[in-house]
Amino acid sequence: MSSVIPYTVEARPDTGLNNVKIGIWLFLASEVMLFGALFASYILLRVGAPTWPRGADILNVPLATVNTLVLISSSVTMVMSWASLVKKDFGRFRLFMGGTVLLGFVFLGIKYIEYSTKFHHGLLPSSSTFLAIYFTLTGLHGLHVIGGMAVNAYLWGPGASMWKQNPQQFTNRVETAGLFWHFVDLVWIFLFPVLYLL
Amino acid sequence: MAQGDTHQQGSGSAPEGAPEHDAHHAPDHGSDHGEAGFWRTYVFSVDHKVIGIQYTITGFLFLLFGFCLMLLMRWQIANPGEALPVIGRWFGDDTMPGGIMLPEFYNQLGAMHGTIMVFLGVVPLAFGGFGNYVVPLQIGAPDMAFPRLNMASYWVYFVGGIVMLASFFVPGGAAQSGWTSYPPLAVINPTGQTVWLFGMALLITSSLLGSVNFITTIVQLRAPGLTWTRLPFFVWAQLVTAFLLLLAFPPLEAAAFMQLMDRLADTSFFLPSGLVVGGAVLDQVSGGGSPILWQHLFWFLAHPEVYVLILPAMGIVAEVIANNTRKPLWGYSSMVYSVWAIGFMSFIVWAHHMFLTGMGTVMNAFFQTTTMIISVPSVIILTCLILSLWGGSIRFSVPMLFALAFLPMFGIGGLTGLPLGLAAADIHLHDTYYVIGHFHYVVAPGTIFALFAGIYYWFPKATGRKMSTWLGHLHFWPSFVAMNLIFFPMFIQGMQGMQRRLFDGGATYAHTQGVLHWNTVIMVAAWTMALFQLPFIFNFFWSIWKGEKVSENPWQATTLEWQAPSPPPHGNFAQVPSVHRGPYDYSVPGADRDFTPQTDRGPEPIPAE
Repeated sequence: MSSVIPYTVEARPDTGLNNVKIGIWLFLASEVMLFGALFASYILLRVGAPTWPRGADILNVPLATVNTLVLISSSVTMVMSWASLVKKDFGRFRLFMGGTVLLGFVFLGIKYIEYSTKFHHGLLPSSSTFLAIYFTLTGLHGLHVIGGMAVNAYLWGPGASMWKQNPQQFTNRVETAGLFWHFVDLVWIFLFPVLYLL
Repeated sequence: MAQGDTHQQGSGSAPEGAPEHDAHHAPDHGSDHGEAGFWRTYVFSVDHKVIGIQYTITGFLFLLFGFCLMLLMRWQIANPGEALPVIGRWFGDDTMPGGIMLPEFYNQLGAMHGTIMVFLGVVPLAFGGFGNYVVPLQIGAPDMAFPRLNMASYWVYFVGGIVMLASFFVPGGAAQSGWTSYPPLAVINPTGQTVWLFGMALLITSSLLGSVNFITTIVQLRAPGLTWTRLPFFVWAQLVTAFLLLLAFPPLEAAAFMQLMDRLADTSFFLPSGLVVGGAVLDQVSGGGSPILWQHLFWFLAHPEVYVLILPAMGIVAEVIANNTRKPLWGYSSMVYSVWAIGFMSFIVWAHHMFLTGMGTVMNAFFQTTTMIISVPSVIILTCLILSLWGGSIRFSVPMLFALAFLPMFGIGGLTGLPLGLAAADIHLHDTYYVIGHFHYVVAPGTIFALFAGIYYWFPKATGRKMSTWLGHLHFWPSFVAMNLIFFPMFIQGMQGMQRRLFDGGATYAHTQGVLHWNTVIMVAAWTMALFQLPFIFNFFWSIWKGEKVSENPWQATTLEWQAPSPPPHGNFAQVPSVHRGPYDYSVPGADRDFTPQTDRGPEPIPAE
């Protein structure tokens, strides 16, 4: 009597996918709807507003530009960490995954500076609908960054013990985490121009 | 992975007259492997069957609770301002002083009745309960693709339910702005609304986890030979439902997050400028928000949500009808294309709930058009189900009674949706009791009857015993009459212009005086309906221990779940089933029986003309 779930690691022939890969793409589809709803709300609120501030007048564009480069770099290191596992180089995996987590901390640190400066100047979510949607969009994005970092840190640390027992499954997990991380990066690529530049 | 043909059905099942190992256990048999303790077997199990049963029982408990809320409301509507005898004394002074319902409490009952029935009752039952239990079995899989995620999704639902119940006990009581939670009212109402929003966030999360699981399972874990065109309609319906939940819920999650920000961080996503509350201008907020934004985001979910409510039910009815007519479903491919068409269209009809918001005629015209179009695939499915009866050898088992009743009841519900979907007619009918009659016909004698059919049908699979037929009839016939007595008068009241959500049942309006007497009819019918659910509740639990024992295929059905033992052990099938034919090979010419299971090889059926 077998209760082993098939295709957890190896791909199903007719779909070419393993279960986790389908799962993460489905989850990302739901995340697209989540952030899409917030972007749609931004559009509705801005179109309906008599006036709307220029992002650059209120927000720190240089810092956010740095953050954009930080996130893009972290996506590169994320891919490198997965590629290292494919090439069976566990040492380089550790290096690149560590780098990804570190860059994540840099991103959060810069966001912290941005937020605290705003609060210090009395610019709160309640101050205007622009700031409300700014804090909500970037805040939800930040929560996703934290979530992704937690998973990445787990895979860098205690989770890496799976490399010895089941290297293929571990590689798949890192690939899956990478897909989520790239999505978080992609959301920022939309957030940055919409909020800061338009 | 074990490959194997099953030439004889039910390999690995217990023989007839098996020792009484199933006589005294709960219907999940988790204790087959002795090492896992009580908690891992019955409470924190990752087995889809245990989780399915957990969803089913919890869902039914919430359904019962939501029903009780309505019974209280119906007293107030029929006898506004009068003390509720006996039961009225159980409530405190902040809800029913002297047994007389306060308007605020009536509003809490209304908002929570809707919320609990939709999100805590029907969807967990139809999707979480039936979906979890039946889908892996019907596709020949050992479990869901992600068993631990499955367990997590149940417990997140459970916690969300507790949070919703807890909202009754916070200062100011539960949410009281309707299940629709429209701002600005929802933003300024007491704490219960905040608790509602957190509860919704948990329930949405549970649904998302579940939908990822269902889609992955159906795509990846179908048994060898189970091609898409051999999939039972029930599985197709659950697949489309999962996509609706996956893609439609996140905007409501975003909206709930924004309403929380409005309530807790003083933002103005949904608060317009210059809002005046209680005579004073609301000046600590920035204003500039849009109440209509909430409506768009809410209905973007809530319209697909109603298809989430109906599609699993259609799936159940399809299975029961095929089995009890001893012939294949009529128009299987039309039904499959239609269920996808409904799924797709359901995303572009939402603003027919907003015809009277002043969106403008262009918006109204667009959504009216898409709404009319979506009625086409719905009618196709209903027509195919009705035509499936033609020439059938109909077996009036208890599941079939409920499935047959579904057909005209859903028909009435669907047809009464048409004037609501036409913007001009909706001017008169919007926010009246006509709307309440319409959607309750679809959900109550529609979906809930289908769920009852499913319980009576799959109970033997889950427990190895049949429910009592006599008690089934005692449940069905009075319920069928009562349902119609409850909801049909609402069309009459609605056409007379009686508004929804009136805590005094319309007593203060001149134009409703002629239809007020129906309130008493409805109340008596509702309480009668409550009485005749008792045979069902008794039947359900009594039959677990004392029901007539059955083998693995008591209904002589063709689909894969009936090849597994009743109840199935962990892993479901002794060997992976190998599928050779479609799901409804009943009465195949030349076959020796009037049903040919999907795993049977044997001569190919004679193709239809």
